[in-house]
Amino acid sequence: MIREIEVTEVTQNIREMCIQTNYFLSEDMACAMKEAAEKEQGALGKKILGQLEENLEIAKTDQIPICQDTGMAVIFLEIGQDVHFTGGDLQEAVEEGVRQGYIEGYLRKSVVGDPLLRENTKDNTPAILHTSIVPGNQVNIIVAPKGFGSENMSRIVMLKPAQGVEGVKQVILDTVREAGPNACPPLVVGVGIGGTFEKAALLAKQALTRPVGEKAQAPHIRSLEEEMLEKINQLGIGPGGLGGNTTALAVHINTYATHIAGLPTAVNLCCHVNRHVKRTL
Amino acid sequence: MDYRIAAPLDREMIKTLRAGDYVWISGTIYTARDAAHKRMQETLDDGQKLPLDWKDNIIYYMGPSPAREGRVIGSAGPTTASRMDLYAPKLLDMGLGGMIGKGKRSPEVLDAIVRNGAVYFAAVGGAGALLSRQIKQAEVVAYEDLGTEAIRRLEVEDFPVIVVIDSQGNNLYEMISQDNTV
Ligand code: SF4
Repeated sequence: MIREIEVTEVTQNIREMCIQTNYFLSEDMACAMKEAAEKEQGALGKKILGQLEENLEIAKTDQIPICQDTGMAVIFLEIGQDVHFTGGDLQEAVEEGVRQGYIEGYLRKSVVGDPLLRENTKDNTPAILHTSIVPGNQVNIIVAPKGFGSENMSRIVMLKPAQGVEGVKQVILDTVREAGPNACPPLVVGVGIGGTFEKAALLAKQALTRPVGEKAQAPHIRSLEEEMLEKINQLGIGPGGLGGNTTALAVHINTYATHIAGLPTAVNLCCHVNRHVKRTL
Repeated sequence: MDYRIAAPLDREMIKTLRAGDYVWISGTIYTARDAAHKRMQETLDDGQKLPLDWKDNIIYYMGPSPAREGRVIGSAGPTTASRMDLYAPKLLDMGLGGMIGKGKRSPEVLDAIVRNGAVYFAAVGGAGALLSRQIKQAEVVAYEDLGTEAIRRLEVEDFPVIVVIDSQGNNLYEMISQDNTV
């Protein structure tokens, strides 16, 4: 059965989600932060984590964004194949949701229209929209605004198959070490392994939207996640890069089939303001 | 050590600050980030005067989110300082006393800090809601067309920062990573 959905419904939801996710950290992230504050050994690290918890409370009570970098709006739409959008252009409906959310929610407009001419678009559009077609008649919307302190420290490396899992570990550790304080640790580390050049990057981005603490399904990937989290937290970078044993809250690894000649590996770092919110229409 | 200091800076006082010290700043500081720095550089390249005299002042690398009606400012945490590394040595040589940002600096910036007896502080990245409460007044004083990237004068009270690079060239981030090299 074909289900009709008005595009204004998409606009309305995206508008609300942009605001919600910039003011309130999702439950999974808030829990991970609380846990980290209890476990942190470094004196300065503990103090910083305490401030970050206070920051979350102030954002809620003062109705102010958790961080002034309210990000570029990354949006995933999983569209059921039995859905028919009516009443307008879907892409434009998404942009309108971002526009309304960022203007009415007092969020920062951080987007320039041309990467070289660099003139601010003043409404935070365009969004980065990823659509996929899935079975069914529902639409899943994920809104995940991304700050660039951590985005700038992300990387993709086309490893050789012979470099194997050790090569992957090296890339992850090097990326985190070089990011140091710049990416606003404690981090969530999203990793994409496999696919093609662009697929690996997308896998890494999607890994960041996974609820923090939820482990990968495949046993060898799950143990790789655990091992990397431990190794990263031994780097000593700590909260704010000021020393301590909480450098990352989680490592999420997503994988995909790849070519016999390749081992693409992407590491997308996200700061502790790892914003992601999901709704189903 | 913990200190309470005033801004603009007392150059003699800041010479006593050491990497790792926790400092509360009260007084007047200014914001500027990428676009404002680029414009200042172009102004200097054209042989023109800058809109402000940076002598003994602090630049806070920050672009706030918009203020709600009746509020002073929106969320107001630091941005990554290294993007301003190209411009900072020049401003330090012109008398800039301190910078607040987050993250590492280049060797050129470190040299310029030592040469001029200046200081680089870090504020906690991603604590923009908390930090906004320490900002009591905010006013755009130059480059208004740059929006969030305009130069703002801020009156701050007990604004919390940590000394990362002191006037002797000690670098807290380096000290931390050396402690952890196995
Ligand atoms: S990296 Fe994250 S916490 Fe840091 S300034 Fe950017 S959005 Fe904020």
